[in-house]
Order: sequence, then C-alpha cells, then structure tokens
Amino acid sequence: MTETITPEIFEHLVNLAALELSPQESEYLRQQLNNQLKAINELVAIPITPDIPPALHGISYSAEIRPPIREDKWMPSIYADSILDQAPQMEDRFIIVPDIPHEDLE
Amino acid sequence: MDLCDYAAYHLVGMIRRKQVSAVEVVESALQRIADIDGTSGHLDGSNAEEPGKIHSFITITPEYARQQAQKVDRAIAAGENPGLLAGVPFTVKDIYCVKDTLSTAGSRILANFVSPYTATPVARIEAQGGVLLGKVNLDEFTFGSSNESSAFKPTPRNPWNTEHVPGGSSGGSASAVAAGEGCFSIGTDTAGSIRQPAAFCGVVGVKPTYGRVSRYGLIAFGSSLDCPGPLSRNVYDAALVLQIMSGRDPNDSTAANLPVPDYLSELEKPIRGLRIGLSPDYFKITYFDAQSGDIHQEDVPEVMKQAVYKAAGRLAEMGADIVEDVPMPHTHYGIPAYFVISRVEAASNLHRFDGVKYGYRTNQVVRDLHELYRKSRAEGFGPQPKLRILMGMYVSAAQYSEQYYLRALRIRTLIRQDFEAIFDPFGKYRLHALLTPTTPTTAFRMGDIYGDSVLMQYADQLTVPANHAGIPGISFPAGFDPQGLPIGVQLLGNDFSESILLRIAYTYEMVTEGDEWRKRIPPILAY
Repeated sequence: MTETITPEIFEHLVNLAALELSPQESEYLRQQLNNQLKAINELVAIPITPDIPPALHGISYSAEIRPPIREDKWMPSIYADSILDQAPQMEDRFIIVPDIPHEDLE
Repeated sequence: MDLCDYAAYHLVGMIRRKQVSAVEVVESALQRIADIDGTSGHLDGSNAEEPGKIHSFITITPEYARQQAQKVDRAIAAGENPGLLAGVPFTVKDIYCVKDTLSTAGSRILANFVSPYTATPVARIEAQGGVLLGKVNLDEFTFGSSNESSAFKPTPRNPWNTEHVPGGSSGGSASAVAAGEGCFSIGTDTAGSIRQPAAFCGVVGVKPTYGRVSRYGLIAFGSSLDCPGPLSRNVYDAALVLQIMSGRDPNDSTAANLPVPDYLSELEKPIRGLRIGLSPDYFKITYFDAQSGDIHQEDVPEVMKQAVYKAAGRLAEMGADIVEDVPMPHTHYGIPAYFVISRVEAASNLHRFDGVKYGYRTNQVVRDLHELYRKSRAEGFGPQPKLRILMGMYVSAAQYSEQYYLRALRIRTLIRQDFEAIFDPFGKYRLHALLTPTTPTTAFRMGDIYGDSVLMQYADQLTVPANHAGIPGISFPAGFDPQGLPIGVQLLGNDFSESILLRIAYTYEMVTEGDEWRKRIPPILAY
C-alpha cells in the first residue's frame, strides 16, 4: 500500500502540532493517519457540483434563532484569581515561562 | 430495589412529600457506588484492576453531594420550592467544568485543572435541586467510542457484562445510569457519544438539536458538532432534564434564541398519524479493512435489524404510519467527512493546551518556550488527541484544504439535504421521524477494537449523520441480543423536534412496559 503521509510530511506535521514523539509512537501514529486518510479518500470520488455550498453548521442560523449580540460593556472578571491560580508557575501575579526564542524576519 | 434505582420524577415526588429525605436518597446512591464502582479512574491506573467493577467515576464528591441534599431538605422543611429535580442524584461527564471540582477531560494534560466556574447545563440542573455525585469517566477529550482512551484507568465497564465496553465517549455516564449510580447523567454527543453508549448500556440518551443546549463550560472538541444532552433510565426523566438544560444563554452565541417547549406535557399525546420512516441506508454497515485498505459494506446483523422492525411494529399498533424504503443516500459518507471536519476543529481547540496558563507542564529542563510547548503536549496528551491534531493539521493545510476540508463541508451539505428532503412537510416522504438502529452492533469486548482508530470511528456511522446535520436524535432500549447485551434504536427528527421524538420514544416505552426484557436488570446489581 502506498503511504500518502511519508515520514518527512509526518515530521513537518509534528512540528506544526508542537509535539515531540518517540520513534515507536511516530510509527504507530503515522500508520493510523495513513489508514484514516484511505477512509477519507472515499470522499474524493463523490461528484460535487459548484451549487453545493460548504456547511459550517448543520442547522442554519436564521435571524429568528440567532441570539442578539451582547452589549459591549466592560465588566470585571470575578474569576481572575482562581484563573491565575491554575498557572503552573507564577510570581507576583505574573506567569513565568522560559526564554522566548526570537527570529529576525528578513 | 433501592432508592437510587427509582426514576428521577418518582424520587422528586417522594422527597417533596417528605416520604424520604434527599439525604437518604443521596446516601443510597453513594452506597451503590461503594458497592459496585470499585477504584475510580486514576493516572497510571490499569484496566486489569478490579475487572468485576464498573469504574464509572474519575471524581466522587460525597461531601458536596451530602451538603446539596441537606440544602434541599432544609428548603422543603422551610416550605420553599426545592426545584424540579429536588434531591435527585446525578453525575456529570468530566468534560464539563464544575466549580471547584477537578475537570480533567479524561486527559493527563488537565489532570490538575480545578474549574473556576460551572457550565451552564450543570448550573441549571443544580439550580433545580439536582445533587451532584461526581464526575464520570470518558474517552480522552471525548475522542473515542469505547471509553478505553481515557488517561484515567481503570476505564468504565458495561454493567450488563463487565468484559464489554460501555461505549463512548460518554461511557462513564451510561454505565453509571444503567447501574443506579445516579438517576441521570449529562453527556455530550459529537458523533454519537451520548446515543452510542446509551444503546450499549440499555439506557435512554438524547442528542438535542445543535444550539438547543448551551455549550458554555464544555471543554470543546468539535465546536460545530458538540451537543450536551441527558442520559437516563427512562424517557420521562430525559424529557425532564432536557427541559431544564435547554434554552438561550448569553454566554454562548450558538445557543438558539428559541423558547423551550414543555416537553413533559407533550409526552402523553397520541402518536396516531405520525409518519415514521425506515431507511435501507441505515441497515448497512461500512467498515475499513486495514490489511487491504478497502472499504467494505454489508448488512447490519439481523438481530439489530429485527429490533428496529419490531419497534416499528409496536409503534404502528399505536397508530403511527410506518414508511419503508426511505432513501438516505449520503449516510455512509458521514464517517469520512467526520474524519476531516472533527479533526480540523479538534486541532484548533487543542492548541490552547500549552503548559503555560493551566494544566500539565513538563518537569524536564527546557531551553525555551517552544521546547516547553512540545514536551508538555507530548507528555500531557495521549495517542488520540495527538492523532486528531496531526490529522487536523494535514487536512486543513493550504495545499490540501480544497481537496479535504472544503470538500467535507460540502458533503456535510449533502448529508443535511438527505434529512431536509425526508422531513419536508410538502415533500414525498413528509416524515416526523426516522427510526434506525443506534449502533451497527451491540457492545464489543474491551480490547477488541481499541488501537485501530479507523474501525473504532466506524462504530459511530449510524449516529454521526445527525451531528453533521445538526438535527436531534434519541436512542432508547429495544431489547437484548442473544448474549444478553442491550440493543438501542434511534429516532432522528427535524430541527428542534425533540418533543415529537420524546413522545414517540415514551409511547414505545409505555407499550413495551410489560415485556419480559423490560424486567431484566444488569447482572452487576445482583450482588
């Protein structure tokens, strides 16, 4: 069977996904992805005419059922401290992270 | 029969009349959990632990439950209105945020996350006097159909046979409800994750119309597909809970701005004249052969087909018109389209987990922020989230999105059009509901499918079209297979037609009340 997602493409995806995988994990996941892609390829054979629009939602959000947009009003968060308390590393209400790499754009 | 085995509506009456206290009811449920649940799912646990127990839970909240029950009893003693669910014990799938509880999504990456707020559907149930027993297990981030992908093991087992899966992803919800660990549970359905486990465990499960119930406080998977809904032991309780969960919510702009009908008052109306369809396209199953790479199609097992026909026969006796040979030609594209759409949405939703703001952070020494992201996510996510992120990245990449993502969204339109055609009141079929098997098979054995991500996904093939289309569905028990495992059948209806689906399912429940199979109880309760 041909493999659409080659080890090179897979490495690129892993990088985009901000993951780091062991060789065994990579091989299992890549094989599963290729199997899934074979199932997905069933879609390619379906005749699609330009009059069939893409559906982002199943039901249409007509004006009658769409909720009105909320008023743009400032409100203090009542959860600020309990949200900040979740951070793995904090100092004086600042979240601590390691160095942020910088790249000079050409 | 213990107090925890009563229906919710029955318990509310008994508690309000002071025949029993809410505290007695919650103690009965907690005792049931102590008797049959065994070790709760935990990180680094194993499915070899206590194979005779059902392990529905990740977190049990006994003290909180007792406090809530005492509050209900105090309200009743003071002559105040204790709410429509006064003293009814329930569980919540651990994909919902509940204030001050661990809200893990079944993932190591959120194992230490304590939610600062409560999801709208749960808050509405608590406001009506529901008593939370705890948070129940699920597939990691809801990604699965057997509950085996949870990072918290042992994972739930089917109360009808503990060697079999309870289904998923709301597996803990279904096993808990079937075994009397609470009267109902709140699950979510993205491809069938309420209806499939409900069918496997012999309980009722409702996937409402997309937008009927707010998603605020739900840890997101597929934002255009996720639907919160109830699982319960009877249709009346499902209607009662759905009534309370539903309605507009200023915190969710996709929650429909529509009044909620009185589902309970609709239940006992006759079904005479309702048109219920049967489709040959729902009596076929498709599966993927990893060896040959081919897609095969064959008929569903006869026992599943017969359950649907027998149910149709009972509904016909009550005056429903059964319409056969209803074409649903795009049904079998539901899974391949879902492989694309749900992965793109999952990848997008899972980017927020980075080891910085909340959740798991690697303990390894890292050079910079990028390495922190990579190591935290690599250690925090299990194989299912990783697979879904990677596939989402691939099919939405600029060079492939026309071929995959946009194509899948157009096929979603075709699936939707199948339903619009059969529910059109001026069309050829003019159906009020479509009756189908909920699942291609009854509950499979633990370990049989887990690890094959393609075959596992095909377990949802009869449920996923409703998620693509946004329409409501309900699964309800309709008998047992020769192995003694429950069979579920499913009704699908037009947008916001929950009241009709509930009425048909309720009628079926009433007419089969005296049947032998209705008297069976899960063997795990024969302790």
